Amino acid sequence: MPKIKTSAWDKVLLARQASRPKALEYIENIFNEFIELHGDRLFSDDKSIIGGIGKIEDYTVTVIGQQKGKTTKENMERNFGMTNPEGYRKALRLMEQAEKFNRPIITFIDTPGAYPGIGAEERGQGEAIARNICSMSNLKVPIICVVIGEGSSGGALALGVGDKIVMLENAIYSILSPEGFASILYKDASKNKEAAENMKITAKDLKDFGIIDKIIKEPEGGAGENFESVTKELKTYILKSIKELNKLTKNELVENRYKKFRTMC
Amino acid sequence: MIIDKIKKVNVQEENRKNLKASDMLVGKWVKCDNCKEILYKEELHENLGVCPNCGKHFRLSARRRIKQIIDEGTFVEIGNGLTTKDPLKFDGYVKKLEALKEKTKIEEAVVTGVGKINSDEVVIAVMDGNFLMGSMGSVVGEKITLAIEESIKRKVPLIMFCLSGGARMQEGIISLMQMAKTSSAIARHNDAGLLYISVLTDPTTGGVTASFAMLGDIILAEPNALIGFAGPRVIEQTIKQTLPEGFQRSEFLLEHGFIDKIVERKDMKETISKLIKLHINTNN
Ligand SMILES: [Zn+2]
Repeated sequence: MPKIKTSAWDKVLLARQASRPKALEYIENIFNEFIELHGDRLFSDDKSIIGGIGKIEDYTVTVIGQQKGKTTKENMERNFGMTNPEGYRKALRLMEQAEKFNRPIITFIDTPGAYPGIGAEERGQGEAIARNICSMSNLKVPIICVVIGEGSSGGALALGVGDKIVMLENAIYSILSPEGFASILYKDASKNKEAAENMKITAKDLKDFGIIDKIIKEPEGGAGENFESVTKELKTYILKSIKELNKLTKNELVENRYKKFRTMC
Repeated sequence: MIIDKIKKVNVQEENRKNLKASDMLVGKWVKCDNCKEILYKEELHENLGVCPNCGKHFRLSARRRIKQIIDEGTFVEIGNGLTTKDPLKFDGYVKKLEALKEKTKIEEAVVTGVGKINSDEVVIAVMDGNFLMGSMGSVVGEKITLAIEESIKRKVPLIMFCLSGGARMQEGIISLMQMAKTSSAIARHNDAGLLYISVLTDPTTGGVTASFAMLGDIILAEPNALIGFAGPRVIEQTIKQTLPEGFQRSEFLLEHGFIDKIVERKDMKETISKLIKLHINTNN
């Protein structure tokens, strides 16, 4: 059967679908062990971010994921995957811990953006994101970042500075939502479909730009339709990347990561 | 009072000829939007772009800012000649950039270079709001990164005056990646043990706040500058509440512990200079 071309807007809808597998499901399926760790040690525990220590085959790794809910109740608890500064600071605490114990870091990105709220600004949303981006660029352990759903704005990039950047086939990665883009640049929020197309936010677009390294195929209808095949391919890629990156010296690792982002223009 | 101001016109017309086009504002008068006083523009410029009546700090062009901060005759511009690849092939974008270059006489939303502050060599980057609201696309990100690298190469302090509406939407995801590029360069600058002073001016928001602006060893701000990640309107729409008075202003950030010091424009050069001199290592 010939595959029907999925438009960029279709992908936006798929990426946001409530039933789409979320970070926790990836964690459960890919890692044979996982212990969740909580809190940023400064303010609170942001439930839009899950972090902890896991095992993927024989490798101990630090895992961090942005967690959206599948139901309204879950989404309220997870703040719809919109991270506050304490979430980014929890992630950074765990990433620095990973560096201390020399274990690779795997991040799962899925967010409509960093939370725009009064408290978020009071507690330095900009500083928290900046600090993560800056620190991740310099961590001396392998970092593999996977965009599983919506990767929107600096709120996604704050977990996205890595040696390997992977996207699910129907995930999107963008500077802001197509609705936001349409209302700012076309002065018409209803031009969201046109915006989605023109913004170049699909996995293929990002691969063509040289921003991401790998696209994980999804079955027709999205990752949830055959989650086992999706996680299998992703797990294989993560393992292959860890082995490859472990061969590098710490200096080579950081140098290559610097060059990777240095040449994005 | 207005008559006094008109008398000055002829004298100042002479000086005006020497100004770059980017410094020319249309018309001779401006109404201070804070105190509503009618100001003669030349007088405003002579007062460093600060309202003589109420102290409101008006936005400055990059050229004027450099003139105020860098020792006369020492500024050498770097990083020119770059062009965007226009990654989204966004309708009319390149044409708009060309028109802005012509109008502002600067190449992009940031001017970068090497110069001296009270005889100490620095690398300086100054963002300019006349150029698409100081938004950061690939060229701005590249120029800033080149400036950071130049500062590392020369082993001199880095001074950045931030002013930005955020990421350059017209360049999509490529603009987002500039946050990673510039912040990675700051990490290297930090490793090199060099001083980075970030100065936040009105407005500093979005992707610039969430990258190099907030990464200074010392972060200064001009009074009452809007500084934040999310724009006030986005926040209002999200929480469906009116924002409190003074929210996301310099004084608010100082109170919440996110900047080191608020510095009036008239004291800016001396404050930066003092900080630089305090970092000249005498402990060896
Ligand atoms: Zn005034």
